[in-house]
Amino acid sequence: MATTQYETHEHDVIIIGAGGAGLRAAVEAAAQGVSVGLICKSLLGKAHTVMAEGGIAAAMGNVYPEDNWRVHFRDTMRGGKMLNNWRMAQIHAQESPERVLELERWGALFDRTKDGRILQRDFGGHRYARLAHVGDRTGLEMIRTLQYHAIHQTIDVYMECTITRLLKDGERVCGAFGYWRNTGKFVVFKAKAIVLATGGMGKCWKFCTNSWEGTGDGVTLALDAGAELIDMECYQFHPTGMVWPVSVRGILVTEGVRGDGGTLKNSKGERFMFKYIPEFFKAETADTEAEADRWYEDKKNNRRTPDLLPRDEVARAINSEVKAGRGSPHGGVFLDIASRRPADYIRKRLPSMCHQFKELADVDITKEPMEVGPTAHYMNGGVRVDADTAGTAVPGLFAAGEVAGGLHGANRLGGNSLSDLVVFGRRAGLYAALYVKNLGGTVTVDAGQLEACAREALAPLERPGGENPYAIQTELQETMQALVGIIRTESELREAVVRIEQYKQRLQKVGVTGGREYNPGWHTALDLYALLTVSEAVARAALDRKESRGGHTRDDHPKPDPKLGAVNVVVRRRQGEMATALEAIPAMPADLKGLFEEKK
Amino acid sequence: MPTFTVRVFRGTAKGGDFQDYRVESDEGMVLLDVVHRVQATQANDLAVRWNCKAGKCGSCSAEVNGKPRLMCMTRMNLFQPDETITIAPIRTFPLIRDLVTDVSYNYEKAKQIPPLRLKPPEPDGTYRMMQDDIDRAQEFHKCIECFLCQTVCHVVRDHEENKKAFAGPRYFIKIAGLEMHPLDTLNRTPFYRDAAGVGLCNITKCCTEVCPEHIHITDNGIIPLKERMADEVDPIVWLLRKFRGGRKEPA
Repeated sequence: MATTQYETHEHDVIIIGAGGAGLRAAVEAAAQGVSVGLICKSLLGKAHTVMAEGGIAAAMGNVYPEDNWRVHFRDTMRGGKMLNNWRMAQIHAQESPERVLELERWGALFDRTKDGRILQRDFGGHRYARLAHVGDRTGLEMIRTLQYHAIHQTIDVYMECTITRLLKDGERVCGAFGYWRNTGKFVVFKAKAIVLATGGMGKCWKFCTNSWEGTGDGVTLALDAGAELIDMECYQFHPTGMVWPVSVRGILVTEGVRGDGGTLKNSKGERFMFKYIPEFFKAETADTEAEADRWYEDKKNNRRTPDLLPRDEVARAINSEVKAGRGSPHGGVFLDIASRRPADYIRKRLPSMCHQFKELADVDITKEPMEVGPTAHYMNGGVRVDADTAGTAVPGLFAAGEVAGGLHGANRLGGNSLSDLVVFGRRAGLYAALYVKNLGGTVTVDAGQLEACAREALAPLERPGGENPYAIQTELQETMQALVGIIRTESELREAVVRIEQYKQRLQKVGVTGGREYNPGWHTALDLYALLTVSEAVARAALDRKESRGGHTRDDHPKPDPKLGAVNVVVRRRQGEMATALEAIPAMPADLKGLFEEKK
Repeated sequence: MPTFTVRVFRGTAKGGDFQDYRVESDEGMVLLDVVHRVQATQANDLAVRWNCKAGKCGSCSAEVNGKPRLMCMTRMNLFQPDETITIAPIRTFPLIRDLVTDVSYNYEKAKQIPPLRLKPPEPDGTYRMMQDDIDRAQEFHKCIECFLCQTVCHVVRDHEENKKAFAGPRYFIKIAGLEMHPLDTLNRTPFYRDAAGVGLCNITKCCTEVCPEHIHITDNGIIPLKERMADEVDPIVWLLRKFRGGRKEPA
């Protein structure tokens, strides 16, 4: 039995990734009484969820009783330019309030309303103040709450362990192969079901909000195991990242700044968003500064400020202003809350932002405007899943959170990611456990697959004079930034595909020294395969969507095309090659369709 | 651009030494950027733990010129050009390699803390909490688990033997946060007196000084726990405190 050659752990369900989705999945699977292993690429509690700032969207109606799941559903679909999987958007809107209350029962302390309930704040694209939050560190509260809840359940946690391949038993998944960062030794996880909760792929770009972990691992694992990807071209560029100093360029500046009264201005001091209100949102967006300002206090009689249009619209507008020469000194625009809200209010509502700008840029945001610009932020697409069960096309393989596609369509609304994590994390854990219970029998791990995994992982160490992995990573990031950024054209996308092909060739010659113990050079070499795979998937999918929609903007096809609005670009691996196809999105039932017609 | 010498510890538990690297720093860089530049250009295998590079995940703790701090929040303009900057791994935990240590002590201590025991909900099935009553616990929830307070705490810094029955400042504020949580009904005094060893702290406030989140660990967390421990001889006092919920203690 080959598995005895490597350290082997056996579970009913393993969960790869320990951010919000992975932790919530683990808690749910454990509650079903199956054996659960939770694998973290970093230490527990350090996953990227910790960086989420603004809040978790849930139509609880604590601030505006008019809010309900139908309004949230409609906002989510419209924000996603109707490319969303309607059923996921429905489940998400219906279940997120209960998931927030559950976090509270597990110890989370959200900011309160005057009558002691959970306070909710305004965010882009949400009709009502809907984001439960803790100042601007909501993700930290969420991951700590889940982390401290999870460690008291029956869950085995494996920290600083990177999975490089999923193992298959025929069509089904049967486990995963990986290495311990500390020792570099290999480890095998045998499992009947696997939940992918690995987050996104921001590290493909030069300027991004993501930590080193966001290398597209889960998408790559799923694709290679036979699953399908959707909407990869609709990657989200968050409109407001820091732009200066260069070393912190890309770090997130929460949309909560605008939710709490901040406004975008160009170098002439104009609130330029009023010039960029698209037809699609005209009816619900304020067209004067006076109305926009009144809206913060009175949402019934005023329309929403264009500063809080969905992220794709705001990112494109900032891009246009900078291109037209009306940018800030370091190539962004100004985000001003200092002149609009009292210093005490800013410090109370946005403590992390105050700290971040003071420490990293010497800017006091209670006194001066911030400089901000678009930054690669979030994978709107991802692994195609069944809306109800989070199951992929591969039996036994589930996916939840950022790694899964469908909920957000072409553009995600702020606040909908944290709710996505807990709503679909729970479902993935539940249905993975139920799948295991129905499966019976055992799964067999094939020795040949393990040997191939080991050979592949060791290869860079056997080429000590080979190419520096960091050099390929840097070049890829520059290529993606330049050619597969916010605004795209056919020729540049084709050039990107050619270059990615060259990097793939160079990856075969990459070499590292320094042995296997906690060797970041080796880890980077191994992460490159996933980075290149997901970059290629984005570029190829972007070529196929010959229109502009949500996070995907084509300079050569600047308008939306209704025909393409009815399809997903689906990416598969066929005989080793990446293949794309246009496939119809699921049709929305008539009762839900009605929600869009009556509001026109 | 100014050039610095960074003197970085290289080695494992078996042994090692400091090694000097000459490296340029661009405007606005933080120390973690400089370490990454060394890693990308001169020492691909230089082990350093990091995640967010924005002071939110608490992964990149190290001892910089002898002071425990986050490398991602250490601006290079803090140093003189041509200055030699010494970077060592945090001392209180076993070394794995270079700047990476084995912090599992902390995760073991975390697991020992009795979790929230929830009181019954309001008639409508939900809970009410007033902002004033959660302000203090929210302060403790800001903790990013960088373990700088743990590494600087002299109870365990050079006293391996104390680790068994001492949870450390990070977990004292975790416990304090639970004790002050308005929905909690559990008495953890015996736990933090015996298993967590709060009595060993003699309030030198080293933990508070290094906290990158500026949490008042000693004044707002540890001292109230010590006071409760003293009050504990009188169960009526404890009951009253629980009944009053998470009211702020005088700082």
